[in-house]
Amino acid sequence: MFSWILLAALIGALLWLIGAYNGLISLKNQTLNAFKQIDVQLKRRHDLIPNLVNAVKGAMEFERSTLEAVIQARNQAVKVNATGPEGIKQISQAENALSSALQRLMVVVEQYPQLKATGNIGQLQEELTSTENKVAFARQLYNDTATQYNTKQQQFPTSMVAGLAKAQPADLWELEDQAEKAVPQVDLSMKPKV
Amino acid sequence: MSDDTSLNLFQQQEANRRRTVLLVIGFVAFFAWLGFGGDYIYYLSTRDAPSTAYHHVFPWFGIALTVIALLTAWYAYATGPEKVLWSTGARAVVDPTDPQEQQLVNVVEEMAIAAGVPRPRIWIVDDPDPNAFATGTDPLHAHIAVTRGLLQLCNREELQAVVGHELGHVKNLDVRLMTLLAALVGAVALMHDGATRILRGGFYAGGGGGGGSRGGGKKGGAGPLLAILLVVWILSWILAPIITQILPARCSRSCSWCGSSRGSSRRSSRRSSRWR
Repeated sequence: MFSWILLAALIGALLWLIGAYNGLISLKNQTLNAFKQIDVQLKRRHDLIPNLVNAVKGAMEFERSTLEAVIQARNQAVKVNATGPEGIKQISQAENALSSALQRLMVVVEQYPQLKATGNIGQLQEELTSTENKVAFARQLYNDTATQYNTKQQQFPTSMVAGLAKAQPADLWELEDQAEKAVPQVDLSMKPKV
Repeated sequence: MSDDTSLNLFQQQEANRRRTVLLVIGFVAFFAWLGFGGDYIYYLSTRDAPSTAYHHVFPWFGIALTVIALLTAWYAYATGPEKVLWSTGARAVVDPTDPQEQQLVNVVEEMAIAAGVPRPRIWIVDDPDPNAFATGTDPLHAHIAVTRGLLQLCNREELQAVVGHELGHVKNLDVRLMTLLAALVGAVALMHDGATRILRGGFYAGGGGGGGSRGGGKKGGAGPLLAILLVVWILSWILAPIITQILPARCSRSCSWCGSSRGSSRRSSRRSSRWR
């Protein structure tokens, strides 16, 4: 009688172990997938930027510094060669810098209505806006999934299986840049920059 | 039913799955009643007939109607989304041809990422009234349609809110329930039209037979039961389209808000200042 109960308990424990292990693995892969989603969107963003810069370059000769900042930030971001969530700190730093450079450029573009009216700037702007949104939403999705994964591997009793499943806490995508956190200062005085 | 807004996504999905199953069961059960009820009435009315006359023993009507109901439910589930889209005259956006369509495609892609569902198929209805709807059976087989009027009226942010709302309906499986409901209501209306036309002839012919059975009932004692059954059964036939009309109204009222709260929860977290 006693041995039967023991056997049942063992089988129960084994089933739970399998379930918990598979649950963690599934979340791990979901996190990885969510990260790849960001990666896809970032790649697209990097491909779009040269087009945009080329399209506005002619009309914005005297905004050279803004354009160059964007190109530089873009090249920096492309250089970051991280393929997994481990490199998320590095990636987010470069991408956040690119975001703020791009935002400055978009503010400048808004000051040239004739630029938007001619050529495909409007279209490029739409694509860029969309890509920015996709990056942001993909980031949210990644953070949500990673948080779920992290919570699961820290919570008892799943935490006991975490080592077996080689579960490591995934880094979240944060805003590292202090300037990004601050409210942007928009200068509309049109004074020449010093 | 009224406190749907307080449920989380998984509870909403669960509720919608349950309601869909209940809808199909109710639909089939109702048809079974129409069929087997008719069989039973026919059985009672021919029971006392002389042995040479026809005795209705095997429930043909019931089996036939139940099979028809099952097939209809299956057909509605399989082709409901197509039918809904077809009835609105929507056309699929495969290659966006103008900036408005491109923006719609972009916005749907964005909101699909935000909602964490695959990108649904996108449709445009050439209608000047601003409107949008979603259909499909699950997030993997979902469709989202907006009117041309909506594209012209809304700016990018507003379009995002609308698309987010519709994706909310996709995600919490409202679309499954609603599409099936719409398809079944349409099927019942069609069948009712056909059936009343046939039955009207049948009732006139059966009127004489009914009188005869009532005479026989005085001896047998099945009279009151037969009469009540007959009244309820006929009422069921008459009420069928009315009931199916009321059903969707109730369902949609109970859930008209939950989709919007679901879809906009992510949006508002990003740019809440714009939506205050």
